Amino acid sequence: MNAPADSKPIPLSELPVVWTDKERHRFKVARRSFVDPEILKTEYETIFNKCWLYIGHDSELIKPGDFVTRIVAKRSILFTRDAGGTINAFFNACPHRGAQVCRERRGNAKSFQCFYHGWVFGSDGKLKSQPGSDCYPDDFNADGQANLVAVPRIDSYRGFWFICFDRDVQSLPDYLAGAKEWIDIVADQSETMMTLVGGTQEYQIRANWKLLTENSIDGYHAINTHATYVDYLKNSQGSMSPVPFDGTGYDLGNGHAVIEYRAPWGRPVAQWIPLWGDEGKVELDKVHARLVERFGKERADRIAFSNRNMFIFPNLVINDIMAITVRTYYPTAPDAMNVFGWALAPNEESAWARKYRLSNFLEFLGPGGFATPDDVEALEQCQRGFESMLEAPWSDISKGMKKERVNYDDELQMRAFWTQWQAVTGATAAPRNGDR
Amino acid sequence: MSTLTLATITREQVEDFMFLEAEMLDEWRLKEWLTLFTVDATYNVPATDVAPNASPDSALFYVADDRFRLEQRVERLLKRTAHAEFPRSKTRHLVSNVRIRGRSDTELDVGAAVLTFRTKMGLTETYIGSYRYRLVIDDGRLLIREKRCILDMDGLKPNGRISIIL
Repeated sequence: MNAPADSKPIPLSELPVVWTDKERHRFKVARRSFVDPEILKTEYETIFNKCWLYIGHDSELIKPGDFVTRIVAKRSILFTRDAGGTINAFFNACPHRGAQVCRERRGNAKSFQCFYHGWVFGSDGKLKSQPGSDCYPDDFNADGQANLVAVPRIDSYRGFWFICFDRDVQSLPDYLAGAKEWIDIVADQSETMMTLVGGTQEYQIRANWKLLTENSIDGYHAINTHATYVDYLKNSQGSMSPVPFDGTGYDLGNGHAVIEYRAPWGRPVAQWIPLWGDEGKVELDKVHARLVERFGKERADRIAFSNRNMFIFPNLVINDIMAITVRTYYPTAPDAMNVFGWALAPNEESAWARKYRLSNFLEFLGPGGFATPDDVEALEQCQRGFESMLEAPWSDISKGMKKERVNYDDELQMRAFWTQWQAVTGATAAPRNGDR
Repeated sequence: MSTLTLATITREQVEDFMFLEAEMLDEWRLKEWLTLFTVDATYNVPATDVAPNASPDSALFYVADDRFRLEQRVERLLKRTAHAEFPRSKTRHLVSNVRIRGRSDTELDVGAAVLTFRTKMGLTETYIGSYRYRLVIDDGRLLIREKRCILDMDGLKPNGRISIIL
């Protein structure tokens, strides 16, 4: 059944993109949302210009003067730790004529000089000098108008930094809602700090960005899409612990969601597999024992043995699985997105653990892994399927709706995302009269 | 080929070997391709923002296979369930600018430029990069101890994946 209404058909333009019938356990998403440029425009206006967005991690800005440039919702952002130790986010555009002041991806600098006319800014964004300053009035920058423009809001939670282009957005802790305690579970894996391991996996997928949201927290697709990864685990002597896949999904509020589950693969914090040998056993027992000391057995076991695929609305994924990946992604067109993936690890872990963590990461994750390329393929195939949108207008996200307690491979977590998406965008399944 | 030695091997002989390897990849003769590697071989593709000589033990790569994982990669790619490569893409590896950069008693350090095209479902993607090989001679045959492909790209755009062997 493709059309949700079976008696008198309601015009699509009068239905929301996200159409639900709780009594009959149906949850449909109109495929217009994946293809229509008008929807993308609405998403930038109502989501990317209004929500807290991930900019970077504490560990990227250790020393005063450290900086990173990053594209966030199309804007080039200069993310710095200034001489006083404060973390800042500036629009990377010279207040003079607009040129990008910093053209490097990362580094350490006392100041940034715009190469166009030579204006110089401190890592706190303040104008330090400009050639020909005698041609400007003495009070030229008395009000700070010639400083780099700061992003209106910046805040962090447990090492994860977020920015928002809307000055009036709710506080970050309120925005993160139920996701905070799940971020804690990741952050608590280190006693000093979690750190991003050097190296970015950057790639483009020819598919709508929301497909990656769905995919990142989809426990249902693994057995089909990732059959060869499971084959690989079976072929690798001692790469699995005798733990069946089992777990559940949670709606964390404000569109955030998570699935938490047990799985047979090894986890550097801290599920041992025979492949890791005696050296590994000693090491992981130590990691686990320390977690028990810090948090008690119940929470220690949860941190060490459970996997979490976590989604922070609208575009941050923190997957704490066989390794930890932090992933963010932005649409560049209805059918294209840029993806950035990083590996997160406890700063103090041993060289042994780091090596196996990265090895685990590459087995599954990223565009050269044994799994992600098949996800990319699936998303791109979906996007191609959407070409039939006029005749086949709906996608289905109903799995598990009829159940009291959902499983990790049901779709509650995706419904949490889509419900928030609908509330924020107010979009309809087809353009309304007058929409163009 | 019977008298190959590290001291006397010529660039032409190395090129022949690399062209043969490229041909095997482009014809999807992957099991045969595996026989070009030593038992302790590695195959690496670093992320595009790490040093070309970075170690996969301490930096994030796209691919960092030891011999076992390389075999598993081949096994995976030959299955129908390797969805990213079903139906199989057409590829063409163009290997150029081959140079012997160094010789030791045990290894040859070889550099080259490489351009790989991958075509699937009407789209052609390009992977631009350089190769660094550590080659050995074993029983009169050239073998690869390390193959490293360093991409000259800002991320995988628009490629989205390295589902073939570069």
